[in-house]
Parts: sequence; structure tokens; C-alpha cells
Amino acid sequence: MSAMAEPASFRARVAAAVADPRLAEAIARTTGTARRKRAAAVASWADFASARALGRDIKDHVIAHLGHYLALFERNARASGAEVHWARTAQEACDITVRICRAAGARRVTRAKSMLGEEIGLPHALREAGIERIETDLAEHIIQLAGERPSHIVWPALHKTREQVAELFRARHHDAARGADVAALVASARRELRAGFFAAEVGISGANFLIADSGAVCTVTNEGNAELTTTPPRVHIVTAGIEKLVPSTAHAMTLLRLLVRSATGAEVTQYTTFHCGPKRAGDPDGPEAFHIVLVDNGRTRMLAEGLREMLRCLRCGACLNHCVVFRTIGGHAYGGTYPGPMGAVLTPALDGLAANRDLPQACTLNGQCQEVCPVAIPLPKLLRGWRDRSWREGLEPATLRRSLALWRFCVLRPRLYRLAAGGAVRLVRMFARNGWIRRMPFAGGWTRDRDFPAPPARTFLEQYHRSSSARGERR
Amino acid sequence: MPASPGGSRVGLFVTCLVDAMRPQIGFAAVALLEAAGFRVEVPRRQTCCGQPARNSGDREGARAVARRTIAAFEACDHVVVPSGSCAATLRIQYPELLADDPAWRERAEALAARTRELLSFLVDIAGYMPAGVQLAASATYHDSCSGLRELGIHAQPRKLLAAVAGLTMRPLEGADTCCGFGGTFCVKYSAISNAIVAEKARCVVASGADLLLGGDLGCLLNMAGKLHREGAPVRVLHAAEILAGMGARPAIGEEG
Repeated sequence: MSAMAEPASFRARVAAAVADPRLAEAIARTTGTARRKRAAAVASWADFASARALGRDIKDHVIAHLGHYLALFERNARASGAEVHWARTAQEACDITVRICRAAGARRVTRAKSMLGEEIGLPHALREAGIERIETDLAEHIIQLAGERPSHIVWPALHKTREQVAELFRARHHDAARGADVAALVASARRELRAGFFAAEVGISGANFLIADSGAVCTVTNEGNAELTTTPPRVHIVTAGIEKLVPSTAHAMTLLRLLVRSATGAEVTQYTTFHCGPKRAGDPDGPEAFHIVLVDNGRTRMLAEGLREMLRCLRCGACLNHCVVFRTIGGHAYGGTYPGPMGAVLTPALDGLAANRDLPQACTLNGQCQEVCPVAIPLPKLLRGWRDRSWREGLEPATLRRSLALWRFCVLRPRLYRLAAGGAVRLVRMFARNGWIRRMPFAGGWTRDRDFPAPPARTFLEQYHRSSSARGERR
Repeated sequence: MPASPGGSRVGLFVTCLVDAMRPQIGFAAVALLEAAGFRVEVPRRQTCCGQPARNSGDREGARAVARRTIAAFEACDHVVVPSGSCAATLRIQYPELLADDPAWRERAEALAARTRELLSFLVDIAGYMPAGVQLAASATYHDSCSGLRELGIHAQPRKLLAAVAGLTMRPLEGADTCCGFGGTFCVKYSAISNAIVAEKARCVVASGADLLLGGDLGCLLNMAGKLHREGAPVRVLHAAEILAGMGARPAIGEEG
């Protein structure tokens, strides 16, 4: 599925996704590995449950004292020589970032993977400003070459098979690898990207944690590209959501253990870096200027709108990997920056419910997302909250409202309900052949892909009360 | 007689799906509860637990239905439900829905405390084990999500089924993965639901079992319907039917 050809409606995107066998294979490969590795990592961590509770408590504590920790972080970051900027909206965040790039005379920037950057539309803003952007994360590089959007928050190119990536590199790389094995593809991307690392005036990264008591910014990667993005250029810009705050490095470490195991099943990422201020006198390298753009973009509104628990999210992707819906439709079908269960909660908050009413509905409420979440976000409860609001605001279709009104009329009147149920089973039963119904009016949603068993001639309540009155019992 | 803490009168909340689609599950539940030493009542005023409204965001509709159900079962010492998702609605959703209703809050909480899913009730409350039940077959078990994650039902059905002579249990890959039913989800988003249940059907067939068992009729209908459409000969039943010695009777879709 290419970015340009993305259908406008959720249903159309779903239809395209379920019809794509290569997408199904790509998703199954990566999420299957992720689930297996996470399960092994959790099983070998005797105290996972208490670490999870501690992680949840750390995030809840920070969110409850957000103002305090933001002020503390800002003070310590400034003391380390960083410049701190506040952005209320995505637009403000992009404006600030572009302004810093222009002031630095930047024609070219390198960027390490950041979902916040995607959320605020930074790639688009840089293009509008005429600034060349080089994505340095391997998967983001793939996405950039293909002109697409990330489809997963940890593996942005999850929707592509290795074979598709090899094809893309052969078409677009100057010195492309011939094989489709991972080592050859990585080498091909490295040759392509290497020069860019040293030609950029500005490097832009996100943040996994903002450490309040030191003013440091922590990033975790497996490719080392974040370090090459943030160290050689003259200017380093961090764009970070305000919910990334933690009180101290020790708290970051607790959350880091949960994050990495939940995301990839590894014990630790290859690179865990604490960026603290610009280059100091005597430092051999590092940026001359260090900017931190703290982004709200709806986060404080989420606090007020009953989505407080969502601000715990570490962006590990475990809920995506375990979600049967995500695994069926992939990330692009969700239409927003964040897919899967966490995206179905976040996207209506960021982009409005009216345009995204399908997301909280397209969920079986099976609860596996909450079960694997390393900070115990009650995702099903939050999704129900959106459903309640969608109903309240009249966003649900009229046909659904009418059928539920009829249903409610019956279930509140037991005698009528028993009559209606008895009539309905005998009516539906007429469509059956040999115990099964293959097709029935108004039942296409079921019978298109499944048979429907013939209902009995009499309901349980009809049979039971007939036999109990035959026995002379009264109830 | 087995222990029956809290009294011996059990109200069977049969659920709308069992009522309309598979009465035998209701009769199996009655038989099992009576064998466990309880007096079973089936209040006439019961209808549906209200999930269609609750899951569609219609809180008012769900609250109205919740009040009805609470009133219908108030006289029972226990309320037993042959479905994890309906039991979870009574146990978890009703108190949440009526939390700000001073006239109903305590009644909702009292009902929630007395409500159990059937198979977990038999093991955890009644201490019941079936005796003399025989069925020569192999079976695999799907853990329906609400029962598994909201009520913690996993060991109980397996423990009960282990007492059935001649029944061999086979592992089901992804037994704890959703089957794609999700109530109205399966018709609202049928393309997604179909892909999920197709994968589930593949796993069920791969288990090599003669029978697919579970504790939630909605999920069983979904999986049975897919298995039948694909021509798989797996017979699908509620675990209670096996435990009540009804395993040799027609399975879902076998009654002409």
C-alpha cells in the first residue's frame, strides 16, 4: 500500500489490507517473533509483575505532578546548557523546529526515528521549509524511500517483507546490494546513508525519557543512528512529548527494562544514550547547540478528558503485536500516526473522534493489549470510553441506533422478549438446510464468510417453563 | 451434599444466545447445578445482560437493562451464567454503569458479588467434579477472552473435563487468542472478524481434535460457523454439555 494511494475511509483501507497476502505475511513474521521473544523475556523475569506495577506507579506519579517535574526538568536542562522550548500544538512544535534549523543555516537535517516527530508532522514541515531530511533509522529510511508512513511504532517498515525492501533498495540505492538477506540490506543502507550523517547541519531526535533531576534526554536505539544523528551536526534538536518525563535516571532504568523487554524481548537496547546539554569545553565532540522542544499537542487535554492512563504509554508496541485486529489490518489502515490499540485510543484524541469513530469500535475488547502492556494501561476501558462518547455525540449510524432502540424496547419487557425470541428463532430456522444457514436476508455480515447454525424450534425459556409448569411448578 | 456457601438457591441467567440458539447448554447447566446440590431457579423476567448496548456506547440503555437483571435475580443466593462475557458484564460492568446511581449502586455490587460463570462456579464455589461421565473423543479448548482475562477462568474447565472418562485433551495453538467474535464486532467489521476466525479455524483443525469446546456460545457459534463453511469436520460444543453427559447428542449445527 503506497502513501499516495491510501483510501480515505477506514473500511476501504481494511478491505485493501485484508486482500494483500504479502502484508499478512510481513505482519505475521515480525509480530510473531516479537510475541515469542517478549513471552520468553517476561517468563524469565521472576519479578515482572512487581516491576510492571512499579512502572505504572512511576508514570502515574509523574502525571499527577506534571507541572512540578516539567519545571524541574526545564531548570536542570537550562543549567546543562540546553535551550528549552514549549509547544502547545503540533504546528507550534514544527514552527519552532524549522526556526531553529533556519537560524542554524541548515539545508540538510538528519533525523533519528521519533513517533512524536511523525505525530506533529515534522517531515512535512521540513519539506515545506525546503530543508532536506535524511532519515537515519533503517526502517525510516525504507519508509522515506518508498514515500510511505510508518505502520508500526517500533518497526515503521513492518508492512514490507524483506524481499520488497531488497527490490526497493535495488531501484533507489546508488550502490545497492544484490541479495535479500538482512546483512546485505543493512550494508546497502549504510553505504547510502553514511555521507549524509556528516553533511547535515542539524540532527533531530526524539526522546524515550526526559530526566527531570538532571535535565538529560535519554534515547534508545539498536542501530546507533541516534548517536550519529545527534553528535556530528552543529545543532541537536530534541522533540519530545511532555509525558516522557521521569523523576530520575533510576526511574528511567526501571521503565527502560520494561520498555525493551516488551518491545523486542531483549534485555537492553544496543544503544542507550543520555544527552545532556551541548558540547562543553574540552569535549572532543558533540553539538554546539542543544534544543529541547517540549510538546503538549493535546496531552493536557487528555488529562482532563479521562485519558490520564494513556499518558503512561512507553511506545513499546506490545499492544500492537498482540492485537488480532492490528495483525489482520496492519498499521496503515488505522489512518493515524499511532496504530493498534494504543493508536485507537490516541488518534481520536489527537485528530478528533468524528473522523476516527471506527477505531475504538473496530476492537473485540478481548483485553490482550492490557494484559501485555508494561505499564498496565486499561486500553479496553479507554476504548469503551470513546464508544460512550461516540454514542453521546450522535456519531454512531442511524441504523445501529434504531436497531438498538428496538432491542432495548424488547429486553426491557420480558413477556414481549420471550414472544419475540420465540418468533425469531422459528423465522430464522426456516432458512436452514441440514442444520445450517448459508445465506439469509440482513445477515450478510455473518453469512458472507461463515455458516450460521439453525436455531432450535423452541427457546430455552419456552422449553424450560413448559416442562416446569407440566411438573406443576410455578416460578 | 457439597458445600454451598452463601445458600443453595442458584438463579440461572441463561443468556440470550443460549436461550435462542442452544437450549441444551441451559439444560446442561441446570443438570450440573442440581448434581452439585443446588436448587436451580430460572427467573422468567430475565432477558439479555445488555452487552449490545454497553459495547456500542449506549450507557443509558445498558443501565436500564442492568436494573432489570438485578431486580430479576435479587432473591437468588447465587447467579450462575454459562458464559464468561455475560458473567463479566454482571460482575464488572453493572457496578461501573450504576456507580453514580445511589438507588442502585449497592444492589449492583451485591449482584456482582453473587454472580459466577458456570464452570468456575462448579469448581471454585461448589467444589463439584463430574462422576461417571464418559465420552470417547479427543477435544481442544478455546479460552474465551472475557472469561480468561476479566474473570481469570483457565484451570477450571480443564479440571472438570479431565474427569470425563475417555476424553483426551489436545493443545490448541493460540488458545488464548481472540476468535474474532467480539459481539456485534463480527458483523460490524466482518472482513476483520473473518480473517481472525479463519486463522483460529486453521489452529483448531491443526490440533487434530474431534471436538472444539469452550465456555462462551458466541465464540463457539463464530468458530463453528467458520469451520463448517470450510468443510472441517470438527464438532463444536459448550464444555457444560460434555460435563452433563450430553456430548454424544448433536453438536452445534448437527440438528437438521
